[in-house]
Amino acid sequence: MGIMNNRDLLNLIDITVSFEGFLALNKLNLNLKKGELRAVIGPNGAGKTTFLDVITGKVKPTKGEVIFKGKSLVGRKEHKIARLGVGRKFQSPRIFENLTVKENLEISVTTPKSPLNLINKNIKEGQLNEIERLMKIVNLSQKVDSKAGSLSHGQKQWLEIAMLVGQKPDLMLVDEPVAGLTDEETDLTADLLKSLAGENTVVVIDHDMEFIRRLDSNVSVLNQGTVLCEGTMETIQKNKKVIDVYLGRPED
Amino acid sequence: MEFKNLKLSKKTTFIVWVLIIAFVIAAPTILPVFRLNLLGRYLSLAIVALGVDLIWGFTGLLSLGQGIFFALGGYCAAMYLQITSSSEFPNNIPEFFGLYGVDNLPFFWEPFRSPIFSLFAIWVIPALVAGMLGFLVFRNRIKGVYFSILTQASLLVFFNFFNGQQKLINGTNGLKTDVTQLFGQMVGSESMQRMFFWVTAFLVIAAWFFAKWVVKGRFGNILIGIRDDEPRVRFTGYNPVIFKTIIFSIAGGLAGISGALYTVQSGIVSPQFMTVPFSIEMVIWVAVGGRGTLLGAILGAVFINYAKSLVSEALPASWMFIQGGLFILVVTALPEGVLGWIQGDGPRNLLQRFGLKRKIETYPSLEINTRDGNNE
Repeated sequence: MGIMNNRDLLNLIDITVSFEGFLALNKLNLNLKKGELRAVIGPNGAGKTTFLDVITGKVKPTKGEVIFKGKSLVGRKEHKIARLGVGRKFQSPRIFENLTVKENLEISVTTPKSPLNLINKNIKEGQLNEIERLMKIVNLSQKVDSKAGSLSHGQKQWLEIAMLVGQKPDLMLVDEPVAGLTDEETDLTADLLKSLAGENTVVVIDHDMEFIRRLDSNVSVLNQGTVLCEGTMETIQKNKKVIDVYLGRPED
Repeated sequence: MEFKNLKLSKKTTFIVWVLIIAFVIAAPTILPVFRLNLLGRYLSLAIVALGVDLIWGFTGLLSLGQGIFFALGGYCAAMYLQITSSSEFPNNIPEFFGLYGVDNLPFFWEPFRSPIFSLFAIWVIPALVAGMLGFLVFRNRIKGVYFSILTQASLLVFFNFFNGQQKLINGTNGLKTDVTQLFGQMVGSESMQRMFFWVTAFLVIAAWFFAKWVVKGRFGNILIGIRDDEPRVRFTGYNPVIFKTIIFSIAGGLAGISGALYTVQSGIVSPQFMTVPFSIEMVIWVAVGGRGTLLGAILGAVFINYAKSLVSEALPASWMFIQGGLFILVVTALPEGVLGWIQGDGPRNLLQRFGLKRKIETYPSLEINTRDGNNE
């Protein structure tokens, strides 16, 4: 049912995920163009995280098909999907706290990701430069050799975003990147994500409406495991169904 | 949890090494034969402890079955010594076969006539068994406490199997090595034991450098990543199954070397090497010495075992209580082990508590998020 064309990077076709009878996703269809920035919003339990789990291989859909760069992702292992070019940032920052900032980034930029390459060879010059560049972008150059666990919450969020970028994925899935950030950090994160789109395809999941508005992108609204509507922020804010289930009546 | 390296100056490091080497060379003349032999045995246990530290301290795999690989190494060494020392026995096969009326050597003994095969078998066979067992377990994503239970169950399977095979490997009696010959000398003789002590001391140091090489750099960082947050490693594009299989296999190989050295110095290998308490003790050595410190594993293995023999001589019944108490103390008061405590903020905190050192005003190791959030 999904309308496919060869400019699409990702097609989710009739995805259904059933957890012992409970439908976390129900015939969800979603298409992403190359270079697109897409925001996904929805009330709690709408299936936002399950949607990411299906793409990254953590959850196998009960029915439906995931097509990424023309290949089916269903049934592939997580690390294979990651190598195909799907990167993911988790809801609460998941970085390696016992490693330094630099070591965290080394893990993300290293290719090939085989044990033999890791144990035998030193990191490539180009990859070191990439780490330098990433640390500058997210303002962590002063913290190169600090343990990631000693960073502030905002810095951890940013380190994880830098790790995501370092993986050079074609598709970046970003789950609540501004949870627990200050307003200023939220704005910087929005700008950073906007600058990544174009070259990369970025999907951002969040609750924060101000943040989503600032992204200035197409928005998909999820509800009860399916896409309720899609469009720009203005369109969806006027959509009656969306107002009913999610946005609520404007306060005055 | 912080794992800082002990900061020693180049000069101090050099002096420490000179002292260690001088001690190793002089030990046979300083120590009485009995003590030297004990020290040699405990040093060989340090090698299996290094393996436990690699898989548990660094990778988070708590194996309670390292005794399997330890015993396999021991059996490989003992089979070589027995088969090459059996020329005066009936049928030219080891003496014990006569007890059970076995006239033909079981086929798997044959390759052990070759010293080169045996030298490799000591570590390759345990490493292969560990690799195969590990791969099956890790591929099915069995981890945490289920992994520990599974390794312990495997240990019991091996124990019972070896115990019952009189006609193949002398079953519960095990294989004696002290009356066998090596290089025309009795393995149990004083000069041979002295040589084994030196070989062991050398191999402990070699194994330590090898383990340090394994965990340094990006490979070691992935191991730590697997320990702290395995799904994250997977989503970054690494296959944890391969990394875990490799490190488990390495630990198995180290256990094999350790078992072989222990066997030739204690004079016998038997299924007793595969009892449940012994494999748990290996974990205790590492826990007390300091998980993830490597040196802590060596010191833990040597000192706890030396303490065990000293205490057992003085107060025969009390060792188990002391060992249990030591374990409880470490788990509750020093979760990073003795060396982890020394390398971390332990000594400073202690001095501060007694007012011997000024309190610092920042919070250098304040951690908002602990590793406990990743129980997936």
